[in-house]
Amino acid sequence: MAISPVASSSLIRKGASDHGRSRRRGGARLTPYLYILPALLVYAAFMLYPLGRAVHLSLFKWDGLSLATFVGFGNYVDIASDERLRAAFGHAFVFVFFYAILPVCIGLVLASILTRARVHGLSIFRTIVFLPQVIAMVVVAVAWRQIYAPDGQLNTALRAIGLDGLTRAWLGDYTFSLPAVGIIGTWVSTGLVTVLLMAGMAKIPGERFESARLDGAGAIREFFSITVPAVRAEITVALTLTIVASLKTFDLIYVTTGGGPGSSTTVPSYEVYRRAFQLGEAGSAAAVGVTLTLMIFVISLIVNSIGDKSSS
Amino acid sequence: MKVSPIEKFGNYAILVAFSFLIVSPLATIVIAAFAPASAADARAGAIHPENFIVAWTEGRFSQYMLTSVSVSVLVLSLTVVMSILSGYAFGTMKFRGSNVLFYLFLLGIMVPAEAIIIPLFFDLRSLGLTDTIWAVALPQVAQSIAFGTYWMRTYFRGVNPSILEAARVDGASPWRILWSILVPMGRPALTTMVVLIFMWTWNEFLIPLVMSPTGTFRTAPLALALFQGQYTQGTALLAAAAVLVALPVVILYFFLQRHFIQGMLEGAVKE
Repeated sequence: MAISPVASSSLIRKGASDHGRSRRRGGARLTPYLYILPALLVYAAFMLYPLGRAVHLSLFKWDGLSLATFVGFGNYVDIASDERLRAAFGHAFVFVFFYAILPVCIGLVLASILTRARVHGLSIFRTIVFLPQVIAMVVVAVAWRQIYAPDGQLNTALRAIGLDGLTRAWLGDYTFSLPAVGIIGTWVSTGLVTVLLMAGMAKIPGERFESARLDGAGAIREFFSITVPAVRAEITVALTLTIVASLKTFDLIYVTTGGGPGSSTTVPSYEVYRRAFQLGEAGSAAAVGVTLTLMIFVISLIVNSIGDKSSS
Repeated sequence: MKVSPIEKFGNYAILVAFSFLIVSPLATIVIAAFAPASAADARAGAIHPENFIVAWTEGRFSQYMLTSVSVSVLVLSLTVVMSILSGYAFGTMKFRGSNVLFYLFLLGIMVPAEAIIIPLFFDLRSLGLTDTIWAVALPQVAQSIAFGTYWMRTYFRGVNPSILEAARVDGASPWRILWSILVPMGRPALTTMVVLIFMWTWNEFLIPLVMSPTGTFRTAPLALALFQGQYTQGTALLAAAAVLVALPVVILYFFLQRHFIQGMLEGAVKE
């Protein structure tokens, strides 16, 4: 899921259900809870309860069949000591760069250039660059696998310009498979980020640029002292959305590389699946899942608190 | 703001170049889908729309698409009704614990499926519920309810209070006010929620992968991943299958793109 609400502000209630009606007071007081009940039941049974169970399960060594043995925080210690798991979390941060940091940098430059001049066709542009967001990741993965294949478009293009030496099986390469998969993430995120930033920049009053220009500010000064500070809120949102998406990358890895070659492209979400359903280490898998959840919470809190502080 | 013609031209160049970078991987797959699937086909002609029919039958996509549609319909109908009800309570009623409960729902927007999938699988297996449509759909309902409650609460809070007041003075019950005034009025917000949840459900991968281990309720994206494993040679059929899987959401996107884009951007910006 791609949406994350940024910290909620003051809660102003409009209207009240127990308005007057003293004779049905007891019933009216229950009304809101009855409205919430169906949602809460499903949500508690299929989200809250399993989340709690995952925390519980993460304290055991369990293969999913036989009796579980309590190991305390042993599975969490493994995350730091197990080489493959450590690599998985390391790769998660590499993906944060490709999914979030790089698209925000590209998006800022693109959006600021495009907002400076009134050009036609922006709505078509928006439609196109948003497309990667709505296409199933499996389909995206199939498309990019063909591009990265030994006889795929990338190698063909390299050969065409005489760079035969650079051609390789991109997704099977120990050095290049990680950035190759990362670039797919950049491709997916950049359009969303650019559209978001353009919406933010459209709200900057034009006089602010005029007066800066009268003061002799060039395009680069203008970019850093007016444009970027004005879209802080949008940058925060863009980072939250894309970082969460990058940490949840499962299907892309599953279809493109399966974590390989070796462990060179594995990520926490893929390790959760591999440990639980291929290696039979359900407890360890749960610990990785819980750690991933905590990472998502902590990173979005940090990003949002930085965003809040700098905008106030 | 005045800009020189050169800058304007440069901007068009950037628009075109960037659009090209985004479109080309997708164009690649569409072109590949029409390419000849074998040497014999290549002699018969250059364009092969029949690839879609071959991929559809060989990949048994009629079955998997039907599963995808059933799962989507089930997730959508449950989520929409439950989110309207809970969003209505959070958005228009005052009650003890509403803050705590609302934040509890918000939590679910952030929790990745990876965290809950393991206990879900083992617990539902011991209840004999894996390989049912419920095992595939209900975890996704729970995920979508978190967003749906948040989204509908935002809509209900934005409704002009005088409308609620007038209806109440006329003696309408909260239930009537909801279904005969607020829901019809909120069609744009509802549409946005429906298209987003449909997209997430249709594209979901991990939950159907794990919750239906025998493949009885295999959805279309999973079938595509499997198809890729089988057809390492024939890129044409694989590409055709990929186009088929992406098509329902893409078609919807072209008709309702404003809902998609606004929903995904505003869902995060509001508040």
